[in-house]
Amino acid sequence: MSAATVPAEAPERRLYWAIADCLTVVRNELVHIARQPSMLAWQLGFPIVSVLLFVYVFGSAMDVGASVDYKDYALPGMFAMTMAQGFMNTATIVAFTRQLGVMDRYRSMPMAPSAVVSGRGVADVLGASLDLAVLASIALVVGWRPHGGVPRILAAFALLLLLRFALTWVGVYLGLLVPNAEAAGNLFAVALPFGIVSSVFTPPSMMPQWLGTVAMWNPVSSTANAIRDLFGDPAPHGGSWIETHALPMAMVWPLVITAIFLPLAVRRFQALGR
Amino acid sequence: METTSHAVLAEGLTKRYGATCALDDFDLTVAPGTVQGLLGPNGAGKTTAVRILSTLLRPDGGRALVAGHDVAKDPRRVRRHIGLVGQNAALDEAVTGRRNLILFGRLFHLDKRRAARRADELLERFDLVEAADRGVRQYSGGMRRRLDLAASMILAPTVLFLDEPTTGLDPRARNEVWEAVRSLLAGGTAVLLTTQYLDEADKLADRVAVLDRGRKIADDTPDRLKRELGGDRIEVVVREAAHLQPALRVLALVTEAGGEPLVDAEERRVTAPVEDRVAALTHVARVCREEGIAIEDIGVRRPTLDEVFLRLTGHRAHEGDPDPTTPARPDPSADPGGRGDPSAPPDPSAPSGKEVAHR
Repeated sequence: MSAATVPAEAPERRLYWAIADCLTVVRNELVHIARQPSMLAWQLGFPIVSVLLFVYVFGSAMDVGASVDYKDYALPGMFAMTMAQGFMNTATIVAFTRQLGVMDRYRSMPMAPSAVVSGRGVADVLGASLDLAVLASIALVVGWRPHGGVPRILAAFALLLLLRFALTWVGVYLGLLVPNAEAAGNLFAVALPFGIVSSVFTPPSMMPQWLGTVAMWNPVSSTANAIRDLFGDPAPHGGSWIETHALPMAMVWPLVITAIFLPLAVRRFQALGR
Repeated sequence: METTSHAVLAEGLTKRYGATCALDDFDLTVAPGTVQGLLGPNGAGKTTAVRILSTLLRPDGGRALVAGHDVAKDPRRVRRHIGLVGQNAALDEAVTGRRNLILFGRLFHLDKRRAARRADELLERFDLVEAADRGVRQYSGGMRRRLDLAASMILAPTVLFLDEPTTGLDPRARNEVWEAVRSLLAGGTAVLLTTQYLDEADKLADRVAVLDRGRKIADDTPDRLKRELGGDRIEVVVREAAHLQPALRVLALVTEAGGEPLVDAEERRVTAPVEDRVAALTHVARVCREEGIAIEDIGVRRPTLDEVFLRLTGHRAHEGDPDPTTPARPDPSADPGGRGDPSAPPDPSAPSGKEVAHR
C-alpha cells in the first residue's frame, strides 16, 4: 500500500492554508445543503409560517399606521428576523460538531485551526444568502415588491448578511459554551424574543413604553428599518434617535457584535486545549 | 526534531482540574510498531493522557515527544504524524464515506488527486468499497469505526491514538475493529490504545499500563501482568462439603508454581491459579471422576478488570470519578441523523474469557 507522504509546510504558507482549509470546510458544508435540502426547509419553516400567518391571517387586521401596507412592513422584518435567528443554527452545528468528536479530529490534524471557525462563518453566510433568496421569492409570490432601485435593493441584502455574519460569532461562541447539541436547541428561548421583540412585526412606538425601548434598541430593529428604507417603504416610527439613525446603526450594530463576540469565540475555541 | 527511538516518550505529564489531578506525574514510552494499552476505569486519566499526547490538551507539567516532536512546543508538527480515533466516530454524518475521507485528506493538505486516490486505497483496505458512496448515517457501528480508523490513517501516522475504540460496539463490530487495528501494525505504526476491558488490552497490546486516579500503577506485558496479578484460575464447586478436602488435593496437582489453592467452604468452592487452562481443566475433571468426587460446577476463568484493580490498588475499579475531560456522549434525542446511541457498553466488570464446563 502506498502511504501518502507528509507534505512539507513552510511557515509562510500558513496564510495560504488558512484560506485553503477554510474553503475546503466551506465546500463540504455546501455539499451538506445540496444533500439535505430538507434542512433548509426546516430552518425556513418558522419564517415561512410567519409570512403566511402575518400576511394572510393577521394581515388585514394589522395597521401600522402612516398608510403603509402591512406586507411591505412585515416581510422585510421577517428577512431581518431570519438573519437574527440564524445564530441558532450556527450554535447547534458547532455544538454537534464538537459532541461527535469531529472538532477534536480537526484539532488533531495539521489543518489551520482558524479554518474550523472561519469555515463555519463563511458557510453560514452562504447558507443565509440561500435562505434570503428563498424567502424573497416567497415574498414576491405573496405580493411584496421592493421599489428602491437595484443598488438600494442589493445594499439591503448586504445589510441583512452583515447582521447574519456578525451573529455567526455569537453562534460559534454559544455553540462552544453549551454542553451538547440538545442544549444548543434550547437557545431558541433566546432567539425567539431576540427576533420578535423588535420592529419586525410591529413598530416599537406601538408597544408599552419599556418594551418599545428594548425593541427599538434591538439591533434587529435597526437592520429591519434600514432595509425597509432601502426597499422604498420607510417604517413608521416614533422619531427617537435610534430610529432615525437606522441606516448607520444597521452597520454599527454588526460591527459592535463582531468586536465583542469574535474574540470571545476565538478564546473559547482556544480554551478547548486547557 | 529530537533524536529518539520512541514513537511516544512522556515524562512527568501532569494535568489538574481544580483540586482534581486528572493525570499525575505520568511516564510512558512506546516503541514503533507496537501496541501500548492504557487500562483503567472511567476517570483513571486514560483520556486525559491521550488528549495531551494528541495535542488536544496542554499539560500543566512534564513534557512529551510524539514522533520526536514536543506536543506542547510544536503541536503542528506532531499533528502531521498522528491519527486520532476518539470515543465517538468523528465523521461527517451528512455525506458519504468516500467524501469524508476526501474531506479529511484535503485537510491533511493532500491535493485533490492524491486525496481521492488515498480515499480509494483506504476504502479498499477497510472493506468499505461497497458502502463508499452511501451516506455515513446509514452505516452500522462497526462500519463507522472502520471509516473512523481509515480517516485517521490518511497520512500513515507514526502514532495512532485509539481512545476506547470499541466502547458501545456489539461483539461482532468489536472483532471488526480489532482486526483492522492488527492490520495496521505491519506498517510500523505505534498504537496507543485506551480501554476499560482487560481482554481487549490482552488481545491487542504488547504492553499494558494500568491507570488509577491519574497515576500509573503498573506497566508490563499482558502476560506478566496477568501472572503477577494472578492469571487464569480453575474453579471447582463440589456437591458435598466432605468432598472439599479431596478436591483441594486434586487442584494442588495442577496449581502453577508459587500459587496456592484456596477453599471457600461456604460456597463449597475450591480455586487455584493455573498455567495451562485447558490441560488443568481436563486433568481435574478426569481425576475427580476417577476418585468419585461429585462436582457441581467446574470452570476456568480469567481475572476480571475488577480483580486486577483490587489486587493493584486495594479498591474496586468503579469508585473513580468520571474523567473530567471525557467529552459528552452523544445524546440520541439530539442526533438529527437519528442513528440512536449504540447499545450500552458491555459491563466491563463481567468475567471475560470464562469457560465453564458443566457436568
